[in-house]
Amino acid sequence: MHTVLSSSTKTLTIGHDLPFCIIGERINPTGRKKFQEQLRAGDLSQIIIDVQQQVDGGADMLDVNMGVPLTDEPVLLSSAIKMIQGITDLPICIDSSIIEALSAGLEAYEGKALVNSVTGEDERMEIILPLIKRHGAAIIALPNDETGIPATAKERLDIVEKIMRSVEKHGIPLSDLVIDPLAMTVGADPEAVKITLDAVYQIRERHGLNMTMGASNVSFGLPNRHALNASFLPMAMVMGLTSAVMDARTPGIVTSVRASDLLLGSDPWGSNWISRFRKEQALAAS
Amino acid sequence: MSHEEIIQALYNETLAGNAPAVLELTLKALAEGMGPDTILFDALIPSLEEVGARFERGDFFVPEMLIAGKAMSGALNVLRPLLADTGAESIGTFVMGTVKGDVHDIGKNLVNIMLEGAGFTVIDLGVQTAPEKFIAAIIEHKPDIVGMSAFLTTTMPMFKVTIHEIEKAGLRDKVAIMVGGAPVTQEYADVVGADGFAADASTAVRKAKELVAKRRRALQPA
Repeated sequence: MHTVLSSSTKTLTIGHDLPFCIIGERINPTGRKKFQEQLRAGDLSQIIIDVQQQVDGGADMLDVNMGVPLTDEPVLLSSAIKMIQGITDLPICIDSSIIEALSAGLEAYEGKALVNSVTGEDERMEIILPLIKRHGAAIIALPNDETGIPATAKERLDIVEKIMRSVEKHGIPLSDLVIDPLAMTVGADPEAVKITLDAVYQIRERHGLNMTMGASNVSFGLPNRHALNASFLPMAMVMGLTSAVMDARTPGIVTSVRASDLLLGSDPWGSNWISRFRKEQALAAS
Repeated sequence: MSHEEIIQALYNETLAGNAPAVLELTLKALAEGMGPDTILFDALIPSLEEVGARFERGDFFVPEMLIAGKAMSGALNVLRPLLADTGAESIGTFVMGTVKGDVHDIGKNLVNIMLEGAGFTVIDLGVQTAPEKFIAAIIEHKPDIVGMSAFLTTTMPMFKVTIHEIEKAGLRDKVAIMVGGAPVTQEYADVVGADGFAADASTAVRKAKELVAKRRRALQPA
């Protein structure tokens, strides 16, 4: 299954036979007090730095979340998207839980966006899926519903199947559905990551869908998060994860993903790996 | 083991999150005739306070806080009925829930554990808590504080809706209200008309204690 996304000038394909899609997580004000204040004052300049660092770090795509409380999120999100598209050709993942913001973001976006996200709740799907269809976008869907986040892979799979039926009913191809099997912190539940990995494996085996997740969640509340994130991603990739909203600024984490691409056969003959090496060599020499 | 040694061991094992040892020491202490209030106030609560302080300083991490809380609640299960008999007062009752539309509960559960550890009686309404459910719980449990958690910018407005419903039910003066969750800020808490906000579980306990003290002062006849 191939999920094809684009900006106005660049196309990006996500698939199990392709290099992993690194979606930079940084453009998100949650937990960034100063950034929140800047955004509230209409100052978008920090975004330029965030874009540059993630592009330099090796992001394939950028997640853009403008969830600042007490602001006009639709307006903020659409101006941020326009600005970012002026400085990078990477496709964007439009991230909000507010439907009006998603709508405004899609209006502003040039190309085929990935929307983050819808849940398996009927009410949400009935509003968001028509919007996705209208814009010809792709959608990330989370297998949780009205009752909460399922504790087992089996229950998550049941909701995935419900989401698939709804997506097809709305005339959206399954290739434009990307499942987020819900990464939770291992700091609060020793089994949390095993359950997520199990869900990834089963979704891959049964439905072959593309998947992404907020990979940094797994290390929340723990020390040395970079090492945990860098260890988790290869595990999830083996199970069938094809993308992640993740830290694209930490070289160790990105390297670990690119090494896994090669080891798992999605970077044939190591051409990406070798050209990365040459680039670093040249950089060190200059 | 002397009584002092038992207290010290309880403190240490709670800090280490060693649930079986904490339970065993609690039973041992009771068998030796130590009062449940002594066990709670001289060992368990100070230990959890230390856990909170270390967490705030960044010396303790989430799993350490969780296992310490679990160790303590094992002991509390034994002590609670005995404490009720002695008439020892809980330091406050806290009704907690994740707001309607939101299913996130890791942060909320962490706050619950720390509140229980500090001696609060916690009534957890779970996730997807509709305003009516908060109101019913206020009527039934007469809490000192109602805590609301939200993880999403879309569900944060439920703070205001819920507070408004509590006002309409004529119960706003009966409780202090605290809000929290990843995207929540002090400023947002002020705007929705909450009495308290905290950015993490340990600070939430401190804030809750302050609010209870303030309410009790206000209720005292001049």
